Amino acid sequence: MRETEIHTDTITAEAAEETVHPPAPPPGVARRMTLNMGPQHPSTHGVLRVVLELDGETIITAVPDIGFLHTGIEKECEAKTWQQAVTLTDRVDYLANLSNNLVYALAVEKLIGDIEIPAKAQWMRVMLTEFSRLNSHLVWLGTHALDIGAMTVFFYCFREREDILRIFEMFSGQRMMTSYIRIGGLALEPPRGWQQRVGKFINAFPSKVDEYEELLNANPIWKVRTQGVGMAPLEDLLDLGVTGPMIRAAGVAWDVRKNEPYSSYEKFDFDICTETGNDVWSRYRVRLGELRQSARIIKQALEGMPEGAWQADAPKIVLPEREKMKTQMEALIHHFKIVTEGFRVPAGEVYQAVESPRGEIGYYVVSNGTSRPYRVFMRTPSFGNLQALPALLEGRLLADSIAALGSMDFVLGDTDR
Amino acid sequence: MIPDQLKDYPEAAALDASFPDAITGGHGERGERTLFIAPPKIAEVCRYLKDAQGFVRLSGITAVDWYPADPRFEVVYLLHSLEKNARLRLKCWVSEAGAEIDSVTPVWRAANWYEREVFDLFGIRFRNHPDLRRILMPTDWEGHPLRKDYPVHGYKYSYGGE
Repeated sequence: MRETEIHTDTITAEAAEETVHPPAPPPGVARRMTLNMGPQHPSTHGVLRVVLELDGETIITAVPDIGFLHTGIEKECEAKTWQQAVTLTDRVDYLANLSNNLVYALAVEKLIGDIEIPAKAQWMRVMLTEFSRLNSHLVWLGTHALDIGAMTVFFYCFREREDILRIFEMFSGQRMMTSYIRIGGLALEPPRGWQQRVGKFINAFPSKVDEYEELLNANPIWKVRTQGVGMAPLEDLLDLGVTGPMIRAAGVAWDVRKNEPYSSYEKFDFDICTETGNDVWSRYRVRLGELRQSARIIKQALEGMPEGAWQADAPKIVLPEREKMKTQMEALIHHFKIVTEGFRVPAGEVYQAVESPRGEIGYYVVSNGTSRPYRVFMRTPSFGNLQALPALLEGRLLADSIAALGSMDFVLGDTDR
Repeated sequence: MIPDQLKDYPEAAALDASFPDAITGGHGERGERTLFIAPPKIAEVCRYLKDAQGFVRLSGITAVDWYPADPRFEVVYLLHSLEKNARLRLKCWVSEAGAEIDSVTPVWRAANWYEREVFDLFGIRFRNHPDLRRILMPTDWEGHPLRKDYPVHGYKYSYGGE
């Protein structure tokens, strides 16, 4: 917190004359204050700094300062082979790793062109990215409620999140950095007994969502702190590049899964959740609705999971089975080529978008025909959404800034990449 | 000039009619539409596409460094129309010398941070940008990391006692 810094003991009267002070406000007007929020503020969920200029308790300007978590992932992708770069996409958004795996794999598969992903792999991808949506929305709901003062919800949400992370671990061996969706299919064969594990979770899950609603819907503090808070005109949100639940809570029924279906989403029956309030409450309602819709999709995937291969029949791209590698010369050669050099991808460029829990993730991938990506641009939803922060905060009360900030559901690793 | 692959694409024809010299090429490979735009025209072309063709959303702006080719940089604009459910990609070639192009922030406010990012990581300047400064790298950083002649590990630091 900074007002005017005066070191009376070290400056002389003449120097004091020359010292630059903010102009004194007119009589009867309070002096404005600059408040530095973050970069280590618990409510910013990461490392975000916002410089707020306050008039009393009203925010006059809000200037976000990002980049603290910049790790140069786009640059590093250029130094990896196509398949190796999958592991970097995990690290973009630690709550939606599988969505990032998926968008990268889809983009590269589109560049390759003549590769057909078997139905089982496609459905598995859908099921797992929906799990990662559940995971992300649960973390959002728990931490957002915690920010606003409803502590209990956190424990309920993290209870279910733990189950989801265990399911991820069962599939990929990793709780968070899964790298399970690879170019050409999946990393491993789905483990034995996954149906029981997923079935048990998904049958119980809708009643868990009822529990969250019971805790929050009639909670007067939650209502007062979210209804009519964090609003901005829809035109502004669209102009500022906001996507995902933020604009669905403002009444725009736009969802990449419906509008530009990928990975056989067109075969699933689900609804786009929209609200019209455009406030924190509406965003909460949209995300809760999406929890139920994702559970619906997972249930359909579980019941209708196709049989068959889980990897594409593309020996030059997909690693051969261990057994074949030991017995067939050709498989051994392919294995050697893929591991040492990687596969080549035809020159060209694609833009692939998917619906992440936060909005549109789009990867713009350029190949120059070699075994490494020439350029990978990650259009991340957090970066796009965070740009609208001043529109949500300016002219509002400081106390509401936490609710508005939290309702955007950004991940700073996703913003800074 | 409308590229052959985009002959039946009404937006390209409308754009060509309104700005006869703006389109310098393009293609429709892999079902994605790309138009090359003459760099001096980019701001007015974007304004037209937003106001008259419904591309209300800008998904992002990025660049590709084709070092050592000249012109060296491709600035890429990813446009999206909600009502048409369509995407369009615009591209401008920018030379290394000067490396400057008009800002489209007056058209979409979303362009603000994306242009700052391109400036930060590629060193391309945007004329008429309201606040062109680094966004991801520290303010005193030297060089532009996503340029192809910038080493992955940077210039300044050595690792492992090198």
